[in-house]
Amino acid sequence: MNNPMLVLGAILVLAVGTFSLRIAGPLLRSRFEVPVRIQQMMSAAAIVLLAALVATAALTDGHTHAGIARPAGVLVGAVLAWSRVPFVLVVVAAAATAAGLRLLGIP
Amino acid sequence: MRSIWRTLDRGLARDIALVCLADGVVGISYGAISVGGGLDLWVPVVLSLLVFAGASQFLFVGIVAAGGSPIAATIAGLLVNSRHVAFGLAISDVIGSGWRRLPGSHLMTDENVAFAIGQDELRQKRAAYWACGIGIFVCWNVGVVIGALAGSVITDTDAFGLDAAFPAVLMALVLPALRDRATRTAALIGAGVALVAVPFLPAGLPVLMALVGLLFYRPVRTGELEGVR
Repeated sequence: MNNPMLVLGAILVLAVGTFSLRIAGPLLRSRFEVPVRIQQMMSAAAIVLLAALVATAALTDGHTHAGIARPAGVLVGAVLAWSRVPFVLVVVAAAATAAGLRLLGIP
Repeated sequence: MRSIWRTLDRGLARDIALVCLADGVVGISYGAISVGGGLDLWVPVVLSLLVFAGASQFLFVGIVAAGGSPIAATIAGLLVNSRHVAFGLAISDVIGSGWRRLPGSHLMTDENVAFAIGQDELRQKRAAYWACGIGIFVCWNVGVVIGALAGSVITDTDAFGLDAAFPAVLMALVLPALRDRATRTAALIGAGVALVAVPFLPAGLPVLMALVGLLFYRPVRTGELEGVR
């Protein structure tokens, strides 16, 4: 392993940096009066990021595509969520579809 | 604290518990993978407590265990976590004011931000955010310790389909917000841009590129709505 002190230092920098990124929003918002138009924009930004996370997590793995089982599972979950099936079933169906396909040898 | 539990209805509490549990299982695999990769037990555990951001932790451990530079691992982790700035701007009123901002910020994850966005009233948003944040913090860290101690019990959570469960969780929580046409347009364009960027950019950046979608965000002004009426 790398030098433990160097690893610890890197972890501490990552921890402080990540906390700063997280608290930046709440600190900035309490300093300035934000116009409604910008508030709408910031709410939309969070949803845009979450949607992009869904797309990239569902379809890609590293720099390449994610195979078949995972996108298929997420697709089943999406269809169920769209038809307003309870959340628990959406999540379990997504996982079960992906796991089932892999059991059948589909990656 | 007690008011959180009073505000949470049973269905929402159950949904949150499920996500926390799934996160705990991923935590077990993360702890096992880290120790299995040759890292000391304290590395994944300290990372989980102090950084508490799953994707960046996997990335950090992956780079360091492969003999890569810890500095590169830190930069990669910060890049992946940079989306938290946008989350914080969007949900600062959910987190609250004063001292609450300190623990509230540390507990920020994709999951509890999505749970907060998925609720209608501020009280419910707060309750969902805090309950999910605390629940994930406990389950994740306990899971990591178990995984790190047990070694190679569960290293492949893909066999359980958990890699499909997490996008499904976020999708289910974000779908209601996508009924708004302006938001949907921005989100679809943004997701497309992120997907196109994946092969070319390092982890974390493709998702940030999705913010380009905001250029196409054209919300209906309240004045225009009144005109329709």
